[in-house]
Amino acid sequence: MTKKRITIEDISKPSKKLTELRKEDFKPLPPPLDTPESTPDFAPLGEKAREQYEASLDDTIALSIPKPKNKQEEDELVAKFLSGLQKLFTKENNWTFLQPLLLSMDYCASCHTCSDSCHIYEASGRNPVYRPAYRSEVFRRLYKKHVKSKGGLLQAWRDGEIELNWTTVARLAELAYRCNLCRRCAQTCPIGVDNGLITHEIRKLFSQEMGIAPKELHESGSVLQLKVGSSTGMNKEVAKDNMEFIDEDVSEKTGITVKTPWDKAGADILLIHNAGEIMAWPMNPGAFGVIFEVAGVSWTMSSEIAGYDGINYGVWYDDAQFARVAVKHAEAAKKLGVKKIVLGECGHAHKALTVIADRVLSGDLNIPRESAMVTLEDLIFSGRIKVDPSRNDFPVTLHDPCNLVRLMGIVEPQRRIIRHIAPRFREMEPHGVYNYCCGGGSGFAIMSGHNFSDWRNQLSGRKKVEQILNAFKDEMDPSIRKFVCAPCSNCKGQIRDLIAYYDLWEKYSITYDGLVELIVNCMTDVKEGFIEWEMH
Amino acid sequence: MPGSILLVLTYVLVILFVAVVASRAVRIARLPIHLRWELYPVAHEKRRASYGGSYLEEPDWWTKPRQSSLLGELKVMIPEILLLAGVWEHNRKHWWRTFPFHFGLYLLAALVALLLVGGIATAAGAAVGPNGSLPGTVLYYLTYVVGYAGLALALGGALALLGRRSLDPDYREYTKKADYFNLVFFVVTLAVALAAHRFVDPDFAQLRSYFASLVTFDFAGAAVVAWLTGLEIVLASVLLAYIPLTHMSHFFTKWFMYHDVRWSDEPNLRGGRLEQKVAEVLEYPVSWSASHIGGDGKKNWVDVATSDVEEKKE
Repeated sequence: MTKKRITIEDISKPSKKLTELRKEDFKPLPPPLDTPESTPDFAPLGEKAREQYEASLDDTIALSIPKPKNKQEEDELVAKFLSGLQKLFTKENNWTFLQPLLLSMDYCASCHTCSDSCHIYEASGRNPVYRPAYRSEVFRRLYKKHVKSKGGLLQAWRDGEIELNWTTVARLAELAYRCNLCRRCAQTCPIGVDNGLITHEIRKLFSQEMGIAPKELHESGSVLQLKVGSSTGMNKEVAKDNMEFIDEDVSEKTGITVKTPWDKAGADILLIHNAGEIMAWPMNPGAFGVIFEVAGVSWTMSSEIAGYDGINYGVWYDDAQFARVAVKHAEAAKKLGVKKIVLGECGHAHKALTVIADRVLSGDLNIPRESAMVTLEDLIFSGRIKVDPSRNDFPVTLHDPCNLVRLMGIVEPQRRIIRHIAPRFREMEPHGVYNYCCGGGSGFAIMSGHNFSDWRNQLSGRKKVEQILNAFKDEMDPSIRKFVCAPCSNCKGQIRDLIAYYDLWEKYSITYDGLVELIVNCMTDVKEGFIEWEMH
Repeated sequence: MPGSILLVLTYVLVILFVAVVASRAVRIARLPIHLRWELYPVAHEKRRASYGGSYLEEPDWWTKPRQSSLLGELKVMIPEILLLAGVWEHNRKHWWRTFPFHFGLYLLAALVALLLVGGIATAAGAAVGPNGSLPGTVLYYLTYVVGYAGLALALGGALALLGRRSLDPDYREYTKKADYFNLVFFVVTLAVALAAHRFVDPDFAQLRSYFASLVTFDFAGAAVVAWLTGLEIVLASVLLAYIPLTHMSHFFTKWFMYHDVRWSDEPNLRGGRLEQKVAEVLEYPVSWSASHIGGDGKKNWVDVATSDVEEKKE
């Protein structure tokens, strides 16, 4: 527990930082990482960064907002915030989430039932600033003071005190990026208040009105994707070249000749990967190719802008960017005349295109979308893929990506597959729709500026480390290779970082990969040894 | 206290209560369609709700009929509303305070229903008392038990909540002055009611007569009630009208939270009922100022979604 009690009003009081992060306050990890020296130190934020950017919330920065030069600049930014705040509560500018937002703003009973569901709050040792209701309460008071009642005699008495100044605005912007948007807190709210949604809406206000968003999500994310085709920077030629290399590698490795079809009109399936897989985990798209080849699936990839990259970072911070990318995905499918889009192993791409975009895509852009988990289950249990589970005779646990599971209800297909192909499968606790975020959710997995990766690995990812260690607690002997299956590109990136940060591969032989790698590893048509037992 | 004045006051405040609840509900229901934001488990998912699954687990799900279960929703909503199951599961310490309060209020709502039935029976000339007909006797004792249990539980719960919000620093930080006022309002009203029934109206006979006047609009014959009972009626009527003006209106907005947001998983199928609603909202003008949107109040959401990103330096 942090020593100083931090109040809601403190957010407006200028100080070097609102809260301090100390390793000794963090929740201890389970054995064998239960001693302070078994975990790395939290790297301090550099003095230069503190001077240059707004860094008065805690000990890290997600946004790198340049400090205003003078009071006039501060006032202009506050005025812009206020203008965005007002727009957020109009149906014209925010029909997308107005009803859920108003319901969450107006009816919270401050019962704190949500607090203990938050992995970040718990990991921090219950730091009051990371309580899921803290940022919501700050935002709620601002809304009630400046939008709903516009002052009045009873306003502070009824809604609580808050001062709107640049300190409040700058800290609130950062605070919106201390939440994974996993919505586990919303699951516990007896009334239905959704702190994850409120965080999402705060992010939107900053991006859509003030142009403030993490560089990794906006400039190097959705903007790059819309310009070049992929947030990885790959244009279509590079993507095709890379897939050709992957086809060669995977064909040699498996003995199955794979040639990825591109822009095949009339194919049954348009497969859209997270293009990060092509760059960072090439055996994942390769494994899809093997499975589809063996099963005789009619499929294609698209070389249209965004057609070969399923990511849609807008879903975390900006409705306009979200809608633009969703439309590009649908247009790529429409152009090819496919029967359905199948989304590869990327949780947020699943949710963005299947659920959130559902009320954006109408008419001929409304192409049916299906999860790869479902397609793969169908291929395996219909007998089109033959497997030998004894090839997967090692401990396996499954990470549930929040977007795929809690937010879409795709829970069992991947489990039925794993139970079928991995004899030593064990669940994390809790799991399914009640699982914890990997800590990389809502864009954090790709955000590493300054010392943010330390914050991510020490705080937002801490619960996942605990879950992984507990899942394998009886087999920690490093001679036993253990496998964390994470069927989501961002989760995989975060779990890769956690394994490296806590040295879990070197010390305890814990590695990770996706679901298709596990499937191909036990396919009888394929050469043995598909999974690479090394840190990658 | 003259019964006719009390009657007018009660009618006005009950009408106010109904009007505010109805107006708020209509305002929420009329908000535009929003993007899907469901959260699993979704209780009406047939056969899948138990583990949080959805129809999206089905291959080619759009070709198959959705199977929705009202029973599934009831299985979640009834324990959630009556027993506050979520608080029991996730915040046990708080449950011991908030459950008696809420359950006491449910019993008091039941008391009002029993008094209405008793009032109608009395107005119709039937006897409600310990020595009357079987229905009259049952009604009499039921009113007695439900009334005292409701008052005691709600008062105990309100005091416990007030104690926690005053003494626990985590709760105190988030409790506004109005929240204390609300709880004190409940405590005073419930304490006055308990005192009224302890000292002047032990078997709820005065209240039942008052309800008989209420249901028959009998201003002339409205009985004079003891001042303590009169105070009980005034405070309860004012409290009733006050509740929907506060965040305590979650008693009905919860329905929207669950049905319009958490469990709202209806897909937008081609040619389906949602397409028209979606088409309407896509026409809304956009005025977001960031350079990548450049909303000028003229371009609409379709224009934004189909335009290229134009980044200017902020």
